[in-house]
Amino acid sequence: MTERVYMKGNEALAYGALKAKLNAYFAYPITPSTEIPETLAKEFGNEQYPDFKVFLQAASELEAVNMVLGAAAGGVRAMTATSSPGFSLKQEALSYAAGMELPLLVVNINRGGPGLGNIAPEQGDYFQMTKGGGHGSYRLIVLAPNSVQEMASFPKIAFDLAFKYRNPVCIAGDAFTGQLKEDIMFPRIEATEYDVSSWAATGAKGRERHVINSMNLDPEVHEKHVTHLDEKYRAIQRDEVRYELYLTDDAEIVVAAFGITSRICKSVVNSLRREGWKIGLFRPITLWPFPYDEVRKLTERAKRFLVVELNTGQMVEDVRLGVEGRATVSFYGKVGGLIPTEREIEEKLPSPVKEVSA
Amino acid sequence: MSAQEPSLQQYRKKLGKLEALTDKPTHYCQGCEHGELTRLIANAIENLGIREKTVMIDSVGCSVLAFDYLNIDHIQSPHGRAPAIATGLKRIRPDLVVYTVQGDGDTLAIGLLEVMYAAIRGEPISVFLVNNAIYGMTGGQMAPTTLQGQVTTTTPYGRDVEFTGTPVDASKLLSTIDGSAYVKRVSLAVSEVETARGRSYSIKNILEAKQAVENAFKVQMMGGFSFVECLSSCWVNWKLPIMEAKRFVNERLIKQYPLGTYRDKFGIEKK
Repeated sequence: MTERVYMKGNEALAYGALKAKLNAYFAYPITPSTEIPETLAKEFGNEQYPDFKVFLQAASELEAVNMVLGAAAGGVRAMTATSSPGFSLKQEALSYAAGMELPLLVVNINRGGPGLGNIAPEQGDYFQMTKGGGHGSYRLIVLAPNSVQEMASFPKIAFDLAFKYRNPVCIAGDAFTGQLKEDIMFPRIEATEYDVSSWAATGAKGRERHVINSMNLDPEVHEKHVTHLDEKYRAIQRDEVRYELYLTDDAEIVVAAFGITSRICKSVVNSLRREGWKIGLFRPITLWPFPYDEVRKLTERAKRFLVVELNTGQMVEDVRLGVEGRATVSFYGKVGGLIPTEREIEEKLPSPVKEVSA
Repeated sequence: MSAQEPSLQQYRKKLGKLEALTDKPTHYCQGCEHGELTRLIANAIENLGIREKTVMIDSVGCSVLAFDYLNIDHIQSPHGRAPAIATGLKRIRPDLVVYTVQGDGDTLAIGLLEVMYAAIRGEPISVFLVNNAIYGMTGGQMAPTTLQGQVTTTTPYGRDVEFTGTPVDASKLLSTIDGSAYVKRVSLAVSEVETARGRSYSIKNILEAKQAVENAFKVQMMGGFSFVECLSSCWVNWKLPIMEAKRFVNERLIKQYPLGTYRDKFGIEKK
């Protein structure tokens, strides 16, 4: 399916996962992510996707994600998708998956919060996705697509990272990237084969038994396990940082945004460039590992950063950590499903509404 | 004790060293039936020749360390979620035999949805419930199966069903679900018997449990959901001497939770 298609982000993500040889999907409906299980339910049994062996609707978000855990422990590509209130319910299993070193994919189509919030786009789950969410010292690899094209191509990247590091991965969409319909060339996706023979729980036939576990009652053994995880996270931080830089080479002002917000900010950069501004866009693609080094490099020229998010200020804290006081960082956010217009963002530049001492 | 019935020592000796067991001594308290169940499961796995295709889902509670004892693949589960994990694995690998061992709190409080839905869908997995009417691992709090009036650390004046609701009859509950293929309640506690030579112990209950455990695996392999509730003691948290605790199982628990076959869709017990 490398043809031109016109589809929603959620549909593209479902097909992208199928092209990446998704084996098992466990569903629980929640707006605005439901087109993902709906699309997969429709394609379940389609001979075009012979690897897609299991589609099952669970009785709760908890049940769904724990089914993903069980399937992942069997060494297959398993995933589920949800939206903010549901993502809160996934945290327990994500902590277990990290502790048990299980590769799996959870998609979070971020909606309004806290609480029931609403079903409109927000990016308020940034902290929950990047700073833990569940208990214990673990990290979730978080990829933030900003287009239908990337919704299609990211599941393969997510599975590759999940299996390479045996760690859960989250695709952080929002109600825009999920619901947005775009005319795209569906990317060519070559699925990777993963070797799971050293750890998967598939029956101890002709080998030593495999114990997939996150518990070590002996403090020293547990410290060793958590240290091992931490070393893995350091390797991910070193090797897997992804970002997009747009016209930043000579930029004195940098607008930083992820996901759908980065699209609006790119338009801002384009129009201000036409007016002669030295302005660029910095867009983290991996929200964790966050591209701190890139932010630091940008401060060699840029002395003013504006972070735009669909929340009340979350990624801005990571930008500040990267800036380390070398530039002024300000923030502009909208919530509740409202989105900043280009004009509004332009008005925040170069003297932003909220001056933040870095 | 009848003349044909072997003594506990003879019975254990007869079972011998099983490949499905590791050499590690269990951490279970002396007299705890968790060890008995571990042995029965190992025995069934061996008898059915399924060691190389069996995966245990280790739940939270006193069975959490079972990965140290059963020489098979294991997957750990968050508290209450073991049947969901088992479902995920079994759905992608229908050729495997997948089972859980769960306590009464794990199965019937925090994990009631998971076990009910596994039964509703008729997942071909086996769930072994250890019902000792108390939270053992956390030190003796009220469980869904705690009896009326029973003293626990969270019902220090005895369980008052006016406030807490009545004890949960798991086998009865699960037997009402169409998807359940085999629901059986057994006791793992030896019972005292008077013989001509004085007081002795009968392992009749355990032999019945042994058959039930095997049946549970067989039913799973026939494509059905199987559930075996094992009445057990917890003398440490009940604060009773070991043998008095076993007597409590066979006199008090059995009255609240009668032993028997609650559902046998495939007629496995007649085969």
